[in-house]
Amino acid sequence: MALAATSVFDLLALSPPGWGGNLLRGLAHSLEIAAGAYALGIGIGVAGAAGQLYGGRVPRDLLEAYTTVVRAVPELVLILLLYYAGTDLLNRGLEAFGFGPADISGLAAGIVVLGIVQGAYSTEVIRGAILAIPQGQIEAARAYGMSARLLMRRVTLPAMLPYAIPGLANLWLIVTKDTALLAVVGFNELAQETRQAAGATKAYFIFFLAAGALYLMLSLVSNAAISRIEKRARRGMANPAGGPA
Amino acid sequence: MKAPEKWAGHHLAMIVIGAVIVVACATLMRWDWLADYGDEIAAGLWRTIWILAASVGLGFALAVPFGFVQVTGPAWLSWPAHGFCTLIRGTPLLIQLWLLYYGLGSLFPQFPWIRDSFLWPILRQAWPYGLLALTLSFAGYEAEVMRGAFAGVPKGQIEAARAYGMSRFTLFRRVWLPLAVHRALPTLAGETVLQLKATPLVATITVFDVFAVASKVRQDTFIVYEPLLLVAVVYMILSGLIVLAFRAFEARLPVRLG
Amino acid sequence: MTNWTRTLAAGVVAFAALTGAAQAEAVKIGIAAEPYPPFASPDAAGNWVGWEVEIIGAVCEAAKLECAITPVAWDGIIPALTTKKIDAIMASMSITEERKKTIDFSDKYYNTPTSVVGAKGTKMDATPEGLKGKILGVQVSTIHADYAKKHFAGSAAEIKEYQTQDEANADLAAGRIDATQADGIALDAFLASEQGKACCELKGNVADDPAILGLGAGVGIRQGDPLKDTFNAAIKAIRDSGKYDEISKKYFNFDIYGG
Repeated sequence: MALAATSVFDLLALSPPGWGGNLLRGLAHSLEIAAGAYALGIGIGVAGAAGQLYGGRVPRDLLEAYTTVVRAVPELVLILLLYYAGTDLLNRGLEAFGFGPADISGLAAGIVVLGIVQGAYSTEVIRGAILAIPQGQIEAARAYGMSARLLMRRVTLPAMLPYAIPGLANLWLIVTKDTALLAVVGFNELAQETRQAAGATKAYFIFFLAAGALYLMLSLVSNAAISRIEKRARRGMANPAGGPA
Repeated sequence: MKAPEKWAGHHLAMIVIGAVIVVACATLMRWDWLADYGDEIAAGLWRTIWILAASVGLGFALAVPFGFVQVTGPAWLSWPAHGFCTLIRGTPLLIQLWLLYYGLGSLFPQFPWIRDSFLWPILRQAWPYGLLALTLSFAGYEAEVMRGAFAGVPKGQIEAARAYGMSRFTLFRRVWLPLAVHRALPTLAGETVLQLKATPLVATITVFDVFAVASKVRQDTFIVYEPLLLVAVVYMILSGLIVLAFRAFEARLPVRLG
Repeated sequence: MTNWTRTLAAGVVAFAALTGAAQAEAVKIGIAAEPYPPFASPDAAGNWVGWEVEIIGAVCEAAKLECAITPVAWDGIIPALTTKKIDAIMASMSITEERKKTIDFSDKYYNTPTSVVGAKGTKMDATPEGLKGKILGVQVSTIHADYAKKHFAGSAAEIKEYQTQDEANADLAAGRIDATQADGIALDAFLASEQGKACCELKGNVADDPAILGLGAGVGIRQGDPLKDTFNAAIKAIRDSGKYDEISKKYFNFDIYGG
């Protein structure tokens, strides 16, 4: 089944019978999942870092266990475990309270699953960034009599941001690629759409190449955006090259 | 790194809770399949370990030149190396694997001579593609680390070596490379754990690693959680061993290598 | 309980914004998220098409159910059913004793022979002797995998298991395996494709083994779920009304329901 050059364009055409539209839809789903999981991960990360630094011993140990497990177990295994166990437990919980089973969309499940994975890494990044804030800044804020919450909101979080950005940027690049793992549970993100297109047309080489190009484009665009953000975030910092130690 | 804290009551409580969970898992869940699949799990585990070791070793060997040429090489070497890193780091490993295995495979029928070549016994199997993809992936990420490590070696060290009249190759072998590897070593443990976490992807191209065995158990018996929990524990143990092994290795190296 | 309170309660438990609770109570029919022509495969517009997809439509219409086709990875399709991600499986799943331990089945809605397809020009047939020294590909956790392990493991060089039949076909065309054993109709469709035509041919049907090959494909449902009777009645209804034959004629020139 030789594939002539023209048929490549036919295969990748945006409207049916071309499969380009499917790939772009998959890319959009991947982006949705990545953005949601990233946001959830940062939320978990801020809470987790605060818990690790300022929390009691029990939350600290629990968070330690959480980040250790996530960093040691393959994402693929975590995704399967969280995907099946998560919805199963949720539905059992709902049943116990007398509700019917919740209908969890693939999108929500993907976001939660990847978000929990991201959260562990975010926790580490944000914890490191908070520790990198010069102690004097926080002491100065305390001396002004700021409450703990105000201190967090007005000083700690904004001050740690420049230190956290390189790590968080890296996490964004990771989460965009990790969405591909959801293909293994059958989510219709880019990798799965590609696999279906490739299987249906037998043009495996072309479609995996095309998907690779889309992911690469996403990475390059992200990289460009990240370096602009990093520049902005480092305005007024004494050591422009300084990241978290 | 946090200093080890004193043993406190809550530690004991958490250990008790942990033990209760383990006992509950052992008694309440189904583990009867372990006997039937014991041999396959062992074979899968072995496959996971050697594909990890081989891809880390080969990948690191590739990463050294790829990192080095990006620091001092001529443009015709540094640009392809940089492009390679961007390509590997910019796309998911899963897509790279599928492109290599199914993508290349779909082109075979157009080249019938491939099946008669002496390489065919290797090309028809799945593990070479898995090993290749994992090796390239490790090389791509580690080359970035090595680039930084080579660039970070203090200029004075290299100038001193040059002043001794060392040839360029000796300089590289005796001074620059060991110093760079020493700088990169702390990240190597982390990169190897990340590589371990990437190995189960080869199950999607029919390589029967420990994760693939667990999937098979899941599919054969419809037991959902137990096989996954087992492999999760297996990977945690392997990660721990990797970290310990690198720590022991680092401890044996003199702190001030230069 | 009214709909909105249920929605609210479920939402609170499940991170309010991230989940939506079942509102229309659509019955979610799980299909395998992979191309499996001519039964179910995605088209370029993102729709699922094929004989089985049309049968799902007809059955749901006859049962007056609102159905939503939900693609799920094959290897997780039974857990997806038992954990209520889907409510029924219509993915060419054969009714076997092993699966019956975990889920219930409706009556069969089709039954087809099992074939072996191999590379053109190679001498083989669908018997243990005929596959001696060959590498045989099968889809993991199917009746075909079980059958191959029982009957061909002794003589074949290797039995290689794939996540999807589609990938086994791809590797057969690539020459990485010598033959594949699967559902006869799915293999017919493969042989009719450009790729299949070029590389492979039918080597024959395997000898029957009802204990493994089962009793045809049925709708998988959770144990004890009354949907079983609903589906049985609906399958009978479309058989009686002629709808079943009308759909089948578009795809096959023989009786897919089997004896």
